[in-house]
Amino acid sequence: MPINILMPALSPTMEKGNLARWVKKEGDKIKSGDVIAEIETDKATMEVEAIDEGVIAKILVPEGTQDVPVNQLIAIVAGEGEDAKAVAASGGAAAPAPKAAAPAPAAAPEAPKAQPAAAAAPAPAAAPAPAPAAKPAGEKVFASPLAKRLAKEAGLDLASIAGTGPHGRIVERDVKAAQAGGGAKAAPAAAKPGAPALAPGMSDETIKKMYAPGSFEEVPHDSMRKIIARRLVEAKQTIPHFYLSVDCNLTALLAAREAINAAAPKNKEKQPLYKVSVNDFVIKALGMALQRVPEANVTYTENTMLKHTTSDIGVAVSIPGGLITPVVRNVQTKGLAAISNEMKDYAARARARKLKPEEYQGGTSAVSNLGMFGIKNFSAVINPPHATILAVGTGEERVIVEKGQMKVATMMSVTLSTDHRAVDGALGAELISAFKDLIENPVSMLV
Amino acid sequence: MANSYDIIVIGSGPGGYVTAIRAAQLGFKTAIVEREHLGGICLNWGCIPTKALLRSAEIYHYATHAKDYGLSIEGKVTYDPSAIVKRSRGVSTQLNNGIGFLMKKNKIDVIWGEANISKVGEVTVTATKKPAMQPQVPPPKGTLGEGTYQAKHIIVATGARPRALPGIEPDGKLIWTYFEAMVPPAMPKSIVVMGSGAIGIEFASFYRTFGVEVTVVEVLPQILPVEDAEISALARKRFEKQGIKIMTSTKVTKVEKGANDVTCTVEDEKGNKQTIKAERLISAVGVVGNVENLGLEKLGVKIERGCVVTDGLGKTNVAGIYAIGDVAGPPMLAHKAEHEGSLCVEAIKGLHVHAMDKAMIPGCTYCHPQVASVGLTEAKAKEQGLSIKVGRFPFIGNGKAIALGEPEGLVKTIFDAKTGKLLGAHMIGAEVTELIQGFVIAMNCETTEEELMHTVFPHPTLSEMMHESVLDAYGRVIHM
Repeated sequence: MPINILMPALSPTMEKGNLARWVKKEGDKIKSGDVIAEIETDKATMEVEAIDEGVIAKILVPEGTQDVPVNQLIAIVAGEGEDAKAVAASGGAAAPAPKAAAPAPAAAPEAPKAQPAAAAAPAPAAAPAPAPAAKPAGEKVFASPLAKRLAKEAGLDLASIAGTGPHGRIVERDVKAAQAGGGAKAAPAAAKPGAPALAPGMSDETIKKMYAPGSFEEVPHDSMRKIIARRLVEAKQTIPHFYLSVDCNLTALLAAREAINAAAPKNKEKQPLYKVSVNDFVIKALGMALQRVPEANVTYTENTMLKHTTSDIGVAVSIPGGLITPVVRNVQTKGLAAISNEMKDYAARARARKLKPEEYQGGTSAVSNLGMFGIKNFSAVINPPHATILAVGTGEERVIVEKGQMKVATMMSVTLSTDHRAVDGALGAELISAFKDLIENPVSMLV
Repeated sequence: MANSYDIIVIGSGPGGYVTAIRAAQLGFKTAIVEREHLGGICLNWGCIPTKALLRSAEIYHYATHAKDYGLSIEGKVTYDPSAIVKRSRGVSTQLNNGIGFLMKKNKIDVIWGEANISKVGEVTVTATKKPAMQPQVPPPKGTLGEGTYQAKHIIVATGARPRALPGIEPDGKLIWTYFEAMVPPAMPKSIVVMGSGAIGIEFASFYRTFGVEVTVVEVLPQILPVEDAEISALARKRFEKQGIKIMTSTKVTKVEKGANDVTCTVEDEKGNKQTIKAERLISAVGVVGNVENLGLEKLGVKIERGCVVTDGLGKTNVAGIYAIGDVAGPPMLAHKAEHEGSLCVEAIKGLHVHAMDKAMIPGCTYCHPQVASVGLTEAKAKEQGLSIKVGRFPFIGNGKAIALGEPEGLVKTIFDAKTGKLLGAHMIGAEVTELIQGFVIAMNCETTEEELMHTVFPHPTLSEMMHESVLDAYGRVIHM
């Protein structure tokens, strides 16, 4: 039987992606594991690997095609003993074999290749992708037209509704039951993506009418914008935030940093093997603080508290058109150099949108640093499922009072945003105190 | 054991025999008990023979209007009531034999006689006491007879019979039910039809076509009371144009029988009385479930308003006893019974089934013009507080209707304004009973207006009016 290659879902939230490049051409022989195409999403570029053997009979979606919906037929592979031409003419398998293509990360996740060999850390285990709802991500959801419309209006995710219609199709009664029983999750792509941030009732039209026609350019949201809008609205609406600020004296840290960087071994090109930044210290300090205050290294779920054993710190990386938070895993076991190099790799690949889903999903806390813009202090929005996020301001010389004497020191203000459901005030204070202690006494990070 | 079954179905009407076949398909050892005629009322004294009669009426109508189509018929077109009845009986006989064949094919034992559920799991069959309506098709060969039969599941599918109003009880001579009205020895000069549901209106239409003076008396404010008011009003206009006298909000209070006529006293809502003299009175005031003499009361099976109470999948309050079709409550329609019976045995089998949505059961009346509908009427939708969009398309705007010489009629659709759900469809005009199923499928597939609008309807057909009606509901009608 001919094998249908469908547009794969690279992450549970992926709805569509761009077909960046065909690595194989029509007529090419492929075998399991061969990279056949590159798919680009808002966040990453992924390779599509073949699962079956055969000959690419027909490519249906040319490379460079934007916004190809997940599960769309992109190519047909003629199986063993099949005539590729006949298969191409047939238009594909009658019953789609939707698992013909898998995004590379779905295959056994491996340690990030960029991991410097010097890092003595164990290969980080890929964090499990967020639990998919009723249907595995990317699997086609069958629903009646009416059910689809009702779910859309109610903002329900069809994938999270169990269907009771013919062949498990989702029908009107299922959506109504989900609505009544709250059995469904909110749709990942709400009916009006981005709109939840606005006061209810403000339609696109209403907003647009407030500005003179022609005085603005209208740019449709890409999926990253939609996800940012949805997730942060969700965070602000469902997470009771509170904020704790402290000022940290960086004098000792800066000295340590200088010493560490000066001592960095050089490679053949006489380039240092690492250059540790203040932010790397911040990541390390937060990771260690979470180990010192393990009650704060948690995730709140509806029914339980997930108490994490590792400190996996997401670090917000600004990229054109949005941001992404790759997660540095097992920070508690990693040295500064390892963290530093890992971050450099993450940042570069984030900007190239080449991060794999398991590299930006999960995590227990996060760091958002706007110090490079001269921001003194700010509060960040918690990125679920984290319980905390540390907003880091600029390091600047300030006059401080020490033992009754005025003194100039390099100070850095940080603000911890905390999910009160998971971490109460005193516990949050304990965490940020531990952080401050580590930052101000960087030597203690060595233990 | 020879007399032991998985399922015994009592009654072989459309509900019963379909239930039995579905049970046999699912691998149940199945028997069916029938006391009078395979196929029940529907096939022998209801749906089918009346359609045969109405077909004769239709052809008579065309023959007498041959000139409209450029044809001339030499001499006068006449009719022979006994030949019309004979044809109708022939149709029933053919189908009755067909049921016998289907039972044999599906290895379903037919037990002839009257059934009584002597206890849970046991049916006692005795010889038929009820005098059969004539003419009668004899029982098929190879049926089992009187005796005691065991069954794990007993499904009551005994149907319904005409309701009789006190003081106006049918006598089979001057006061008819559908039984007598179906086999008139001669055309009466005049009849009064009491009740304007599907049965009453179909007989009114049939007799009027053959020139009988017909008066329809309906106690409710509109004829075809379950239909949409707009459709009902259109039907009334057409019937009155054909010469049928219609009295709504009026009830028959007294009937005096003469030698070969009846004098009906009728009273309208204001209390005004008048008398109508006619040769015959047809009592068509609904049907009641056949719940008696089955042993149901003794076993404590819950019965309400003359019908067995079930859970929607045929289960009664007594384990092992089920009821489907007319005897299990309204709407008392053959197609409802068939579907209910299938669901019942599928549920017994343990298949995953849902009780049928009664809002999606279509209704058809085969008068001239035909009336067909499914779902909510406009009034009912408003009653439920729904905000609706209504589409209408008249036959006069349809090419096929004009070509057929049937320019009168209407297709009306009702949508939920918020969700685009098709709430109801109501039609009057030529062939609408064959059209309605399109909307029934649409409803069952839960389409919205969008899918209906995107559907290509063949041209030229009457079905294009269905499309246009949907378009009209959304302000996009083409041919108006």
